[in-house]
Amino acid sequence: MSDPAQLYDAILTGNAKQAEEVTNAALAAGVNPTELLGNYMIPAMDEVGKRFECNEYFVPELLIAARAMKTALQILTPKLAEAGTEAAGRVVIGTVQGDLHDIGKNLVASMLEGGGFEVVDLGVDVPASRFVEAAQEKNGTIVALSALLTTTMTQMKAVIEALEAAGLRGATKVMVGGAPITQQYADEIGADGYSDNASAAVALARNLVK
Amino acid sequence: MHESIAELIAEGPVLTDGAWGTQMQARGLAVGACPDEWNLSNPQAVEEVAKAYVDAGSRVIITNTFGATSFCLARHGLADKVVQINRAGAEISKRAAGDRAKVFASMGPSGVMLMMGDVTPDQLRDAFAVQAQALAEGGADALVIETMSDPAEARIAVEAARTTGLPVVACMVFDSGKDHDRTMMGTTPEEAARTLEEAGADCIGSNCGKGIEGFLPICRRLREATDRPLWIKANAGLPKVVAGETVYTQTPDGFASHVPGLLEAGASFVGGCCGTTPEFIRAVGTVLKGGSSHPVA
Repeated sequence: MSDPAQLYDAILTGNAKQAEEVTNAALAAGVNPTELLGNYMIPAMDEVGKRFECNEYFVPELLIAARAMKTALQILTPKLAEAGTEAAGRVVIGTVQGDLHDIGKNLVASMLEGGGFEVVDLGVDVPASRFVEAAQEKNGTIVALSALLTTTMTQMKAVIEALEAAGLRGATKVMVGGAPITQQYADEIGADGYSDNASAAVALARNLVK
Repeated sequence: MHESIAELIAEGPVLTDGAWGTQMQARGLAVGACPDEWNLSNPQAVEEVAKAYVDAGSRVIITNTFGATSFCLARHGLADKVVQINRAGAEISKRAAGDRAKVFASMGPSGVMLMMGDVTPDQLRDAFAVQAQALAEGGADALVIETMSDPAEARIAVEAARTTGLPVVACMVFDSGKDHDRTMMGTTPEEAARTLEEAGADCIGSNCGKGIEGFLPICRRLREATDRPLWIKANAGLPKVVAGETVYTQTPDGFASHVPGLLEAGASFVGGCCGTTPEFIRAVGTVLKGGSSHPVA
């Protein structure tokens, strides 16, 4: 039988096939799915994040690690639901209206999923009203906004205002990111958080749901 | 070195142009609209932008075709207009340039990722080849592959562009990592230079990025890594929000003050990216004329 600790290495090195095999073997051997997630999978993604922060890993390594994590999660999710394990939080993510760029947004979505969050991806060119609707579905949702263009970044403010108008601002945290975005801009529009990369976005989301 | 590139840089560093997108927005391009489509629906406005740079002294201008691969145009429902949009883009810039400037037609990233299997290398090669061919037919003097993050995609774009026989410039954007000296995919200037040179680029460089200050070390490292002429187009730093408006706080003179350093570091082509205007290009032109600096061969 394979050792569940191999799941850690499989995710860290982005080996989706091995992640799948070890997950199936571990479940068949009766390993608790919540422990599998908490002891091996999330720590592996945390290590991926650390390596990214210190320039050992770049986007390709993040992407393949997130893909291995997702493969294992897909097997695990039904079992986790049975065991009553809850997600780390719920994130509604999208690229703001007028902006069709999705590489950064997809990367953040993958990393958040890898970090144990339930992620609702609204896609690109998302109007403020769609973010409001999706935030309405569950209290305590994080709304994550992406923009690549200096001309569309102003839409982030429109989303925050729409959440306020809908009376959701108190129960909803807003995080923002994208090439032209800075901490100063995030503060200016009243966002709850900003991160300049996909790895730091996971740490930020965890802080926001604390 | 391609003859026409050698000719251009024979007498010293060459002034290129600045940002196009913001100039088109100033002329009414709506937020979220496809800029490249204006080559068909509003060619006068595009020509005005091109001409503003020629008037500012640009000896090389690009084209309004940065996002005109089939992949990018498909997001606007315009995938069937690839050839028309690119050909018109080259023709518009040629008209504006007359005999005062050369037209280096712009090819940007596809926005799809090879490593995630979004697209196959052959599909990507075909898309870039169709764009390059249409730009060549429109009269482009050279092709410039810009803002690349993924060396695999950049290599394919260079190879596809070379099938036209035109000179090819290839540049990547170094904006990631602690020191902002890697591309998003982790590529260093040295790796980029090697890959682009192997792919057959006639000229290698960097554009966009995190502000012109960061281009000095990148330019030096590219210079060490390759003997091809270097193409440098920095942006005007990151925008700030002032009274609810997105503004670039860098001034034309502030930008131009970094140019002697870039020339010393070996740049042969100098211009601007996001946030720069014809005024920035004029200021850079003044430095190029007044300065005694010559590019390191």
